[in-house]
Amino acid sequence: MFTLKLSKLGAHAIKNCLKAQLASTARTLRVPLCQNENLLPLIHQRYSTAAPDKAFQKQNEEKEKISVTFVDKDGEEKHIRVPVGMSMLEAAHENDIELEGACEGSLACSTCHVIVMDPNHYNKLEDPTDEENDMLDLAFGLTETSRLGCQIIAHPDIDGIRLALPAATRNFAVDGYKPKPH
Amino acid sequence: MAISIPLRRLSRSFSAIASNPLRVCVVGSGPAGFYTAEKVLKKHERAEVDIIDRLPTPFGLVRSGVAPDHPETKIVTNQFSRVVQNEHCSFFGNVSLGSSISLSELRDIYDVVVLAYGAESDRVLGIPGEELKGIYSAREFVWWYNGHPDCSKLDLDLKSTDTAVVLGLGNVALDVARVLLRPTMELTSTDIASHAVAALEESCIRKVYLVGRRGPVQAACTAKELREVLGIQDLYVHIDEADLVKTPADEEELKNNRIHRRVYELLSRAASSGVASGSGRHELHFVFFRKPDRFLESEDQGGHVAGVRFEKTIVREELESGKQIAVGTGQFEDIECGLVLKSIGYKSIPVDGLPFDHQKGMVPNVGGRVLSDASGDEMQFEKGLYVCGWLKRGPTGIIATNLYCAEETVASITEDVEKGLFTRTSSSQQKPGREGLLQLLDSRDIRFFPFGAWEKIDQEETRRGLLKNKSREKLTEWLELLNIASA
Repeated sequence: MFTLKLSKLGAHAIKNCLKAQLASTARTLRVPLCQNENLLPLIHQRYSTAAPDKAFQKQNEEKEKISVTFVDKDGEEKHIRVPVGMSMLEAAHENDIELEGACEGSLACSTCHVIVMDPNHYNKLEDPTDEENDMLDLAFGLTETSRLGCQIIAHPDIDGIRLALPAATRNFAVDGYKPKPH
Repeated sequence: MAISIPLRRLSRSFSAIASNPLRVCVVGSGPAGFYTAEKVLKKHERAEVDIIDRLPTPFGLVRSGVAPDHPETKIVTNQFSRVVQNEHCSFFGNVSLGSSISLSELRDIYDVVVLAYGAESDRVLGIPGEELKGIYSAREFVWWYNGHPDCSKLDLDLKSTDTAVVLGLGNVALDVARVLLRPTMELTSTDIASHAVAALEESCIRKVYLVGRRGPVQAACTAKELREVLGIQDLYVHIDEADLVKTPADEEELKNNRIHRRVYELLSRAASSGVASGSGRHELHFVFFRKPDRFLESEDQGGHVAGVRFEKTIVREELESGKQIAVGTGQFEDIECGLVLKSIGYKSIPVDGLPFDHQKGMVPNVGGRVLSDASGDEMQFEKGLYVCGWLKRGPTGIIATNLYCAEETVASITEDVEKGLFTRTSSSQQKPGREGLLQLLDSRDIRFFPFGAWEKIDQEETRRGLLKNKSREKLTEWLELLNIASA
């Protein structure tokens, strides 16, 4: 009963999130984080510590983990903890989440395609390179907040990130379907 | 979406499976074959899956199609190799559907047969002069530089001409152009066949024309490959700015299609960057709106191609389909060349007993279930016969396309299993599966090669590669392959 509700929630959340993406233009999604100057000192404060000991700081960062939630195409959620610096693809495989990775993270395929469900998290990611965009071109079920899982690296900025696995089959071989190039 | 199978049905399929593992044969060990095997094993824990291939080496086009300078694309073979590690899965190399064993024999031996043997032939233009020497399909050229044993002896002459015409603007066309134009030194450390390196080192080909029937907006290649070919060192690239003019239909297409939009942007930028051609430099010319009309024969070299006559085209919307098609204008233009590579599409080959659509070059099917020839108003399926990959969809798509294709086909198989299509009431009705295949091959004196044999070939190729500073030195002769595999 509980899982059913959760999965309904999941599907509902994805639908709303995607609706929001389609409504907003590409420009709105690119709003820089620090447009409000008043926020600047706060953000700087977050990264500068009173303790000048950089080694100590790095050690903490290495042990630091963030929360990540994967939502599969049926709406089932899996919550995991990911060490800062690990890619979402690696994290998925370490936690038995079914995210394909044909080229094992070498930017030569699009099988680790994930949809970032929260636009705020999406904006915090560094823009995809030409190479990643070239692969995203070929991803099935591409959305405005799609990224390759192997290129999303865990960082405190994206703590709590929710990633949806695309429902690939809905884009496959329907009438009017355009054959993908090879 | 919750899947609720009535408990009694679940228990029935469980008991059926417990006494009667599903026996599956996958024909073809490329991405379609391997993804299918992987998904069958995942969905049906006790299924027994045999993958057969006519070559002793697995992986299909990942080994023989992907270009040598694209090694990351081949990493997927690691995943495929893990599929065969499953104790319920076996690989049978050197077993050919049609010559070693017939389709009806396979269907007698296995509950489920999935044909995933791709498209090993070529579309033809059907224009005069197509039989002239110096004209090859891109598939032959690609098999040649990738060391496929069927094309290692291809009599390619890259010395008696300085110009090659490639017909087509897809990624395969770009691959062959790139292999012809890249400094050969950049290819020597890859897994390219040695005979190809030798030929390319002595190649006199300096100019390559990539010719498409339609415009830049319809070009079928993708950004990565285009970026790569445009970035070749010291290459002069020519694109006529006039060809970049867009019709309203073009604008619409670009608005809705991210792939075409990014490709068009790359082509526009290349057209306007106008670096002057230097003498002795390699040249790449993108030619649009030209449809091949006939091949011209050489006056000096009888029976050899000397050029291609093209008809200029304009792109118009075809009323019935809404597609943008090329329409001839009656004006003609020739391009001189001594080598032509036709990159206009692959084509599947039918086998006895297999319903086949000769026009489309694929097997009629619904969701991977093969449609009977007899199908009239009422759809009839061939029991236990399925297709996946290019044989099912036509020769388009990337490796990942087969991931979703296999999901669909395996979903159909699973539905049929759950419907009880393969349930046997008595053990005498059980299909022999692997045992049956082994018996039949033995009775015909056919030596099959298991995955371990490929591993021997793999080891030997890697070892020889190390000696030559290459990632791999491919074995390109049938005899050599079979000898090493049998060692």
